[in-house]
Amino acid sequence: MCCLRSENVTLDADSLRSEISDRSLLVIDVRKEEEYKTDHIPGSVNLPLASLLADDSPQHVLSIVNSMGIDDETRVAVYDDRSGAIASRVAWTLEYLGHSKVMLLDITYANWKSLGFDTDSNTPQVQPKTHSMNLQPDILATYDYLEGAQARDDVVLIDNRERLNFLEQHIPGAINLPYHAFGTRDHILRPKDEMMRLFGNRGIGGDSEIITYCGSVGTLSGLAYYALKSAGFDNARLYVRSFIEWKRLQKPTMTQEDANYWDLSAE
Amino acid sequence: MAQREHNQKFITAANGCSVLKELHPRQIIPDSKPAIEWSRMEEADNFAKTVKLFRQGWYDADSFRRFRLQHGAYGTRMTGDYAMVRIKIPAGEIYPQQLEKISSISEQYSIGSAHLSTRENVQLHWVVLEDVSEIFRELAQVGLTSREACGNTVRNVMCSPLSGVCPEEAFDATPYSLATARFFLRNPMAQNLPRKFKFNFTCCEKHGMVRMVDVGLIPAVRQNDGQIQKGFKVFLGGGLGNKSYVGHQLEDFTPEEDLLHTSIAVVRLFDRLGDRKNLARNRMRYLVNDMGWEKFQNLVLKERAIVRATQSVVTRLHVDDTPAVIRRPIAVYDESSNQISDGYARWLKTNTLPQRQAEYSSVFITLEAGDITARQLDAMAQMIRDYSAEGKARCGFVQNLALRYVHNDDLPMLYSRLLNTGLAKSGALTMAAPIGCSGTTSCNLALTNSHRLAKEIQRKFLELHLDLDDDLRDSSIKISGCPNSCGQHGIATIGFFGGGARVGRDMYPNYQMSLGGRSDGDTMLGMTCMRVPAKRVIPVILKIIDLFKEHKKPDDSLKSWIHRVANNSGGTEINSIKDIQKVLAPMVVPPRKEDDPDFYLDHGSDVSYHTKTGKGECAA
Repeated sequence: MCCLRSENVTLDADSLRSEISDRSLLVIDVRKEEEYKTDHIPGSVNLPLASLLADDSPQHVLSIVNSMGIDDETRVAVYDDRSGAIASRVAWTLEYLGHSKVMLLDITYANWKSLGFDTDSNTPQVQPKTHSMNLQPDILATYDYLEGAQARDDVVLIDNRERLNFLEQHIPGAINLPYHAFGTRDHILRPKDEMMRLFGNRGIGGDSEIITYCGSVGTLSGLAYYALKSAGFDNARLYVRSFIEWKRLQKPTMTQEDANYWDLSAE
Repeated sequence: MAQREHNQKFITAANGCSVLKELHPRQIIPDSKPAIEWSRMEEADNFAKTVKLFRQGWYDADSFRRFRLQHGAYGTRMTGDYAMVRIKIPAGEIYPQQLEKISSISEQYSIGSAHLSTRENVQLHWVVLEDVSEIFRELAQVGLTSREACGNTVRNVMCSPLSGVCPEEAFDATPYSLATARFFLRNPMAQNLPRKFKFNFTCCEKHGMVRMVDVGLIPAVRQNDGQIQKGFKVFLGGGLGNKSYVGHQLEDFTPEEDLLHTSIAVVRLFDRLGDRKNLARNRMRYLVNDMGWEKFQNLVLKERAIVRATQSVVTRLHVDDTPAVIRRPIAVYDESSNQISDGYARWLKTNTLPQRQAEYSSVFITLEAGDITARQLDAMAQMIRDYSAEGKARCGFVQNLALRYVHNDDLPMLYSRLLNTGLAKSGALTMAAPIGCSGTTSCNLALTNSHRLAKEIQRKFLELHLDLDDDLRDSSIKISGCPNSCGQHGIATIGFFGGGARVGRDMYPNYQMSLGGRSDGDTMLGMTCMRVPAKRVIPVILKIIDLFKEHKKPDDSLKSWIHRVANNSGGTEINSIKDIQKVLAPMVVPPRKEDDPDFYLDHGSDVSYHTKTGKGECAA
């Protein structure tokens, strides 16, 4: 049962609630520290994305993971309050370190609260543990990896930023699936059959390797990584340094010409 | 469906002035279900399959285009990868759950904003063709469709946003409008017309829009054997386009029971006699014009007799006359802390109309050229639930949205809520709300960025408080990005359509300006005045207003003054359009590029201007 579950990408709220009472998993809240301090899911520990990103070298991540009391066998669930993208980035980082038992809570914290589930403001005591380091380069794309992959016809590159940003500038060859497309108002990821249909319509299927990227730190594209995983694609990589690095390195970009699409926006 | 959730207890206006507290949550009333289910889920599957077959080369481009348009997916500027999905809102009636759905699909598949058109459609632009079927699926969950929103079909059937509340109307045309939409949607007789075909229902002469469309209908009543008989004044053969015509009234009075027979007769005649070859001249107005009105009128009356005699008795309009449920959402306010900001009075004056129902008002929302963000759509949905006693809203004639049946006591609270979402701009019912078609933001045919220009004019008008000027109130500005009239420039007091002009080798965006158009009981098309460079449009409009102020008679409005000028009876100094031309002529002289490089750029653009167009599919 445990092993089956750990293959799931998401964990539903009811399962999480019962597992909290069983103390059979560790819950990570990735919101800002002050938000966490106000209230959070009972028993959860806080790992704000910013403190992870301040130094996301494997050594540093390992020390964080150890200090949160996670070892190789600890089942972990992650949540945020923003469409699951922040949680995804943290979950992916754990996966990259070699942790295989991480899931996303399938609703946001705002949904959790509106459903009337318990919250508290206690910070739990954690016993540090020792996690191994078993890096998973197969789920990471670097810019030079991406450059090499661009020439291959069995690679799909997905840009997960919003449409107008994509039209303005994107990595050549990318297709655009805004991160909003993966979730619904109630859940951070849509049901598997819908997700498969969405990707299928876009011609994403078969044995293609898929690389996701977004604007800066791999959050929106982290969600895409898990969306793909939930649809059964195990060959996805996250270009974690994303478009901000691509532009900084002055790599080629593409633009939708001859149209003033920004003027259609009411923002 | 979403229940009414009301958790907003404190509302602070953006400017901090207005603080209104709701002490108790409102009564939770479930969203009402749309009266008619317009969607068919299987059309989503079919569309997805057809796109795949097309991409695999099983469909030729022309057949696929026809199929795509029939389903309401229009082409996009300079690319085959994207489409615009035009969602029909029959009679303009839109429900909160539908607005929320459009909000979420705009973020998932479009640009995070939606666009309200002049024909009560909601358009989603820059949609990946492969995602269109997903949008259909989502729309089907709330009963909406884009089927026959494009193509050679009966397009969205419009109705006045004031039908049912207008003090001038004979009766509410909404049920007839919905029934007509329902009759023709997916009806085999309307699947392959020579060209698109449009029905507009309105409330009264003043609110107009019936003489510039294929079939325009105004509700009317007459006494018949001591009984009041309902019917319509029917206008045929009008339309705006590369060449525009004003419609003709079919007969004095068309009784209600003849409405469907008349509609079928006209559609059948057009289907049979309309030009299927010459794309530029195949709207019904050309047929009417070529044949002559009297001959066409005779044919319609004869055809109607045949229709009446031969149609099966089961062929009828399903007019649902059930009176609407009007139930004011209950709210309790803390009146003591009720401070109203300065903007409220201005907004009240320029954005609201009293209804014929005592104590209720209709509230018009000012948008910029019809654009609204996902967040604002969500906020509107909640405001409908909280303030509209009919539980739904209406799309308007001028790229806007109307919230009706708002109790007068709730107006300050609603204003405060609108402020919080950036929807409280004034001027909705005035000249300060210009129309701009989508122009070069997305349309293949566009020559100029009419969309952005409309926004720029609005900003300038609001900055100058021109929305408060009673003399300007009933005038209008409408802009199309090409001669094809999607921006309805022909019926504007001051209308513009885009083109390019050049000085030597340098091109600049240029507009043809027309004056004196109107769409009410005295409908006429604007008279061509002169060409105005894009970057001179705003100063030219302001100059015309100056001229008006200088030369008007005491009870003139800008609209009536321009009407007189267009008819060569303006007065001594400015008597005709020619006199206006003379005054404006120095303003439209192109400067040298080195002296004023900005002149050579279009609004919203920093790259040198050149005209570029693709194949048209006929937008509206």
